[in-house]
Amino acid sequence: MSSAHTTRNQVYGWLLLTPAAILLITFTHYPAIATLAQSFFSTGTVSRPSKFIGLDNYRSMLEDEVFWKVLENNIWYAVGTIPISIAIALLMAVWVNGKLPLRGLVRMSYFTPTILPMIAVANIWLFFYTPEIGLLDQVGALFGFASHNWLGDTDTVLGCIIAIAIWKEAGFFMIFYLAALQTLPPELEEAAKLEGASRWTFFRRVTFPLLMPTTLFVLINAVINSFKLVDQLFILTKGGPDNASSLLLYYIYEAAFSFFDQNYASTLTVVLLLMLAVIAIGQFVILDKRIHYR
Amino acid sequence: MTAASHSATLGTPRRRRLKFGTVLETGAAWLLALLWLLPLIYAFWSAFHPSEYATRFDLMAPLTLDNFREAWSQAPFARYYLNTFMMVTSILIVQFILCTLAAYAFARFEFRGRDFAFALVLVQLMIMPEVLIVENYRTMSQLGLVDTITGIGLPYMASAFGIFLLRQTFKTIPKELEDAARVEGCGPLQILWKVYVPLAKPTYVAYGLVSVSYHWNNFLWPLVITNSQTTRPLTVGLAIFSAPESGVDWPIITAGTLLAVAPLLIAFLLFQRQFVQSFMHAGIK
Repeated sequence: MSSAHTTRNQVYGWLLLTPAAILLITFTHYPAIATLAQSFFSTGTVSRPSKFIGLDNYRSMLEDEVFWKVLENNIWYAVGTIPISIAIALLMAVWVNGKLPLRGLVRMSYFTPTILPMIAVANIWLFFYTPEIGLLDQVGALFGFASHNWLGDTDTVLGCIIAIAIWKEAGFFMIFYLAALQTLPPELEEAAKLEGASRWTFFRRVTFPLLMPTTLFVLINAVINSFKLVDQLFILTKGGPDNASSLLLYYIYEAAFSFFDQNYASTLTVVLLLMLAVIAIGQFVILDKRIHYR
Repeated sequence: MTAASHSATLGTPRRRRLKFGTVLETGAAWLLALLWLLPLIYAFWSAFHPSEYATRFDLMAPLTLDNFREAWSQAPFARYYLNTFMMVTSILIVQFILCTLAAYAFARFEFRGRDFAFALVLVQLMIMPEVLIVENYRTMSQLGLVDTITGIGLPYMASAFGIFLLRQTFKTIPKELEDAARVEGCGPLQILWKVYVPLAKPTYVAYGLVSVSYHWNNFLWPLVITNSQTTRPLTVGLAIFSAPESGVDWPIITAGTLLAVAPLLIAFLLFQRQFVQSFMHAGIK
């Protein structure tokens, strides 16, 4: 009976899993491996079929100035977006969790960007950044600043892209902090009050450490998003001017579908996959150590 | 007496400072909220006013619906709505079925290689389909699914996130309920349908809302895989409509933008609490 039961368990388990497994393998595992394989081949044309070229794609990638530019941009994008959006998210969560007048309305405002498509949002932000008639310049003019071509200047364009990403993500991250804050026992705050601790001390010494697992979770999401969130570029800059705002995934798209060099795009994708793998490994290492203060 | 007055003079400024701090904080929270709503407020302003008021803010400006009429006539929004709707619902239905079956297997069956298979599933949390656009496009063209609604949805239908979420939920359901159903003669699929699925309803609602808003807003993969009006979802249609090359007027673009976000935005405003709780629920697991 017992062995028949386990055999049946085996069969049922795999049968239930099969439909999802087929799709997962076809669109996640197979393409990840195929990407690596394709990076060793040249892009085929009608007259010249694709052939094995070893590391040539990687060599031209290392000599490709745009690749380095894009990688650098992506790092700045991550550095600019992640800490600020997490800090704002935490601030929002603390505010919305407290006794704030019009709390529901405020929470809704913070969260709204999360459910709006980036592509639509970029349309509106485009107006903010438009020289002279745009909102940014109109407000600037009130204070006597000269008009500025925000998206046309290589010095400011990446900052503009970062601002949108922060605005889009902060409310989303707030939700996770809010959920975590609601699980904290209220006795903690009462005890701190009795001890005469200020709100800031309480936050720094008690709340923030207790929120560490949430911060870690949000951090990982934010890092992944800094490689994934490129939709706004299609509307605002198309990576320009002079690739000053291009990001890795956008460059992959361009290589594959504007320049039709699929195999070079695969090589670039390998770099992206490597980055994601590093994040995944980092996550496991940190989770192993467990930054729990419980 | 002196002690009392002393403490009173000490007490008042302290209370006033506290109150002042609270007012300041409330003000800051409201200001941030306003800042966060600003793009949307501006979109409404521009879309409902004639174009000469697009950059001039005058409270007496006349209201108009012309921009919406123009946007509607300049791009096939009705078709885009239909495409997005078909894509989002087909993804959701298949996700529910596939993720339920797989989550049930992971939660309640012991089979060889289960943990390894689960680890392989979780890989998708890190490597989402939009990262693999190049190879997935190749696969789709081999399958003849380029420029089809199925082609947009297929890479997302087996969702690691959905499997993970439902597995966690199924694991919390007491086994005694399952045993009771088995005594009554239910098979594994009946048990799934009669015990697990009804009890996991909040998770389905949460996952459903997250999935719908994700795919309603998704852009990169649909852009890659579609190339005609009959398949393009709203996001891709909107990007083409508002491209500078199309030379469309500013207020008309904002009207089109509002058309594209309206259904989800209205749903969000109506079921705000549900949305926020769903994202929370999905995030904690």
